Amino acid sequence: MSNKQLPQEFYTMMEELQTLDFVLVELTLYLDTHPDDYNAITQFNEFSHARRILKNQFEEKFGPLQQFGNSYSDYPWNWNDPPWPWQI
Amino acid sequence: MKNFTLRKTYHPYISPFDPCPPVREKTYYTPAQLYLGYQPQNLEQFSPKEALKAGTLWKVFYDPYYGPNEKRRGPYE
Amino acid sequence: MWIYEKKLQYPVRVSECNPRLAKYLIEQYGGADGELAAALRYLNQRYTIPDKVIGLLTDIGTEEFAHLEMIATMIYKLTKDATPEMLKAAGIEDHYVNHDNALFYQNASGVPFTASYIQAKGDPITDLYEDIAAEEKARATYQWIIDMSDDPDLNDGLRFLREREIVHSQRFREAVEMLKEERDRKKIF
Ligand SMILES: [Fe+2]
Repeated sequence: MSNKQLPQEFYTMMEELQTLDFVLVELTLYLDTHPDDYNAITQFNEFSHARRILKNQFEEKFGPLQQFGNSYSDYPWNWNDPPWPWQI
Repeated sequence: MKNFTLRKTYHPYISPFDPCPPVREKTYYTPAQLYLGYQPQNLEQFSPKEALKAGTLWKVFYDPYYGPNEKRRGPYE
Repeated sequence: MWIYEKKLQYPVRVSECNPRLAKYLIEQYGGADGELAAALRYLNQRYTIPDKVIGLLTDIGTEEFAHLEMIATMIYKLTKDATPEMLKAAGIEDHYVNHDNALFYQNASGVPFTASYIQAKGDPITDLYEDIAAEEKARATYQWIIDMSDDPDLNDGLRFLREREIVHSQRFREAVEMLKEERDRKKIF
C-alpha cells in the first residue's frame, strides 16, 4: 500500500453505509421468513433507496465499491486501488 | 419486555479431593431464540446506528457477551 | 453469481499487535464451527431443500462469507508486521515455518479444514437442525474466544459476530416452522 492516507470522511461515510446495509441485512433475513409483513417491506424499500444514494456519493469520492459493472470506473481503471477492506 | 432471562446458574457437586479451587456457581447461556418462537411483527427496533453496534435490529435479541477481564461497556445495557 | 463489495460488514478494529489472539481466532476461520464451514454448509444445502427456505439459506450463507472476511481482517491486523520473535513468544512459530504470515484454513490446534465438518443429509428438517446446532456452536466458540481475549476492540467485533449467530439461529428455527406448516393453512402469529 502506498503512503496515501484516508481522510476521516472515508471512515465516516463507510460507517454510514455499513449502518444502512446492516438494517438491510437484518430485514432481508427477517423477510425471508416473514414475506407478508407490509411494514417491514416498506422499511426495506426506504433503506434500499437511501443506500443507493449513499453508494453513489461514496463512489464519487472514493471509487467503486463493486465491480463487474455494478459501479462506474474512472480513467484509469481504479477498482484495484488500495486500500482493500482489511487494510483500512 | 423480555419475560425470560439470558443466563442460568447451577451449583455442581464439590469434592474435598478436587485440587482446583472450586467454582461454586456455574453459568450458562439461554439467549432469546430459545423463547421467542416465530418472531412477532412490529417488535421494537434499535436505531440504525445502535443496531450495527448491537449486532441486531431488534432489541429482543440483544445479548452482549463480556469476558471475565472485561468491564461491561455497551450503551444499551 | 456473487458480487464482491469493497467493504466490511462491520468496522473491525484491534487494539494491539498480538499474534496469540490470532491463533485463537483461526478456529472461526478454518474450524468445524467456523465461518467458512457455515457458509459452505448453508449454500450447499440449498439444492435439496424446499423452495420456500432457499432464499434464507442463500442469504445467511452469503452473510457468513462477510463474517469470514471479518475474521481474516482481525487475524491480518493482529499479526501484520509481527517479528519472528513475537510469533515465537505467541507459540505460533510452527505455523510461521510452514506459512509465514499467510492465513491458512485450519483450527486453533492446527488441524486443516475438512469437508466432513459440513453435514448434508438431504432431509430438510435434519439439515435445518444441523444449521441451528451449528449456529449455537459458533455462538459458544465466540464466547470462549472472548473469555481468552483482553483486547477490547477485538472483543467488540467478536460480540457483533456472536450476536449474529443468535439471529441466524432464530431464522433457522423459523424455517423449521415454515416446513412444518400444513399445506394451504395460514400461519398463526
Ligand atoms: Fe451464522
